[in-house]
Amino acid sequence: MSQKIDACGLSCPQPVLLVDRAIANADFPVEVTVDTVTAVENVRRLAENRSCRVTVEEKEDGFELLIEQ
Amino acid sequence: MPQNNYSKLTAFFASRWGIILIGAVIGILAPLLQRLGNPPNMGICAACFERDIAGALGLHRAGVVQQIRPELIGFVLGSLIAALLFREFRARGGSAPLIRFVLGAFAMIGALTFLGCPWRALLRLAGGDMNAVIGLIGLATGIGVGTLFLRRGYSLGRAQKTKAAAGWVMPLIMIGLLLLALFRPQFSEGGAIFFSVKGPGAMTAPLLIALGAGLLIGFLAQRTRFCTMGAIRDVILIRDYHLMTGVVALVVAAFITNLILGQVGFGFAAQPISHSNHLWNFLGMVLAGQAFLLAGGCPGRQLFLSGEGDSDAGIFVLGMITGAGFAHNFALAGKPDRMVEGVLQVGGISGYGMVAVIIGLLVCVAIGLSMRERV
Repeated sequence: MSQKIDACGLSCPQPVLLVDRAIANADFPVEVTVDTVTAVENVRRLAENRSCRVTVEEKEDGFELLIEQ
Repeated sequence: MPQNNYSKLTAFFASRWGIILIGAVIGILAPLLQRLGNPPNMGICAACFERDIAGALGLHRAGVVQQIRPELIGFVLGSLIAALLFREFRARGGSAPLIRFVLGAFAMIGALTFLGCPWRALLRLAGGDMNAVIGLIGLATGIGVGTLFLRRGYSLGRAQKTKAAAGWVMPLIMIGLLLLALFRPQFSEGGAIFFSVKGPGAMTAPLLIALGAGLLIGFLAQRTRFCTMGAIRDVILIRDYHLMTGVVALVVAAFITNLILGQVGFGFAAQPISHSNHLWNFLGMVLAGQAFLLAGGCPGRQLFLSGEGDSDAGIFVLGMITGAGFAHNFALAGKPDRMVEGVLQVGGISGYGMVAVIIGLLVCVAIGLSMRERV
């Protein structure tokens, strides 16, 4: 099972909270869509603090992050 | 600059050293601006300076706090320049704007009860004003209460991408303010634009230096996402100390700079532009902290966001400026301690101010409980 999170348009700290909850669920990988570089940085920092691997892909109108254990 | 140099810089700014850099820059520049003429322990204060701008425009008539502050103009324009340069300018808005306006107004009423935004609370601490400790405990309490709402699914909803012009409104307003500061027009006899001739509003660093400092801080803060409210929130909510590192750097740098400049004096009573009414210092900042949390950023951060195209943050700023008008027109703002013939008169707020703070706290709780999305 994987989890998908659409955090576009959400302001701090909601993207991070959603991802934190998803990581706690431990259904990997977690796919996250965000639309600001700030959210990319915040989600990446959280995931790395939770000992996950993060890959970021830039899309036309935002970013997709893949979080794996 | 080649693209990968941009991403290297972005990675640096997002790093621990990046956040230490911005904290240290603010911590050094604020006491220097004080030395160059800004009010004591108020080298930079987003709330006080927005209040001064409200006064300059005549939105309130407290004669001692009327000034167009170039620092804040620099904050927005510096952030704009950084966002354009790094392709992060993104016009967006529409996330409960009216609620953000109200939160801004009450945030200002809370901050002016204490007499300072979180930045000034840190700068007051670094100048030896121990009332700041009470204010910061209040700030953390308000943020802590707010995190309970966040855990229950509090959200003001998604912002939408919009036309670039919408993102330029706040930068253009700031350019308008800069023109007013430069040409100092008087629109009628005894009318705006007002510039204080005494009191904190009359104390100013030279315009170009203040603007330059603001631009530098705005640029770096946009890159590093510096936020004092976020610093406390992230520690409570997710045990993340990234932003807090920047806040600590600010206090350490400001304390050292103040020591070098001889601007430290420890104590509670009769500290510069502050009062030692502990209960209301505490409650004022509980209100401010809660409002900042519910709106997603400290007043500095809201200015930086408004420079990179976030019109919701712009609305919050306008709410704060309006709140400053109410705070002084309705005599809600804190009165500093005074020494009268060697006798200390403890300042504080009026009965109206107390009622306003309590109303603000109730409004924040109502917003925190009612604006929820399913978890």
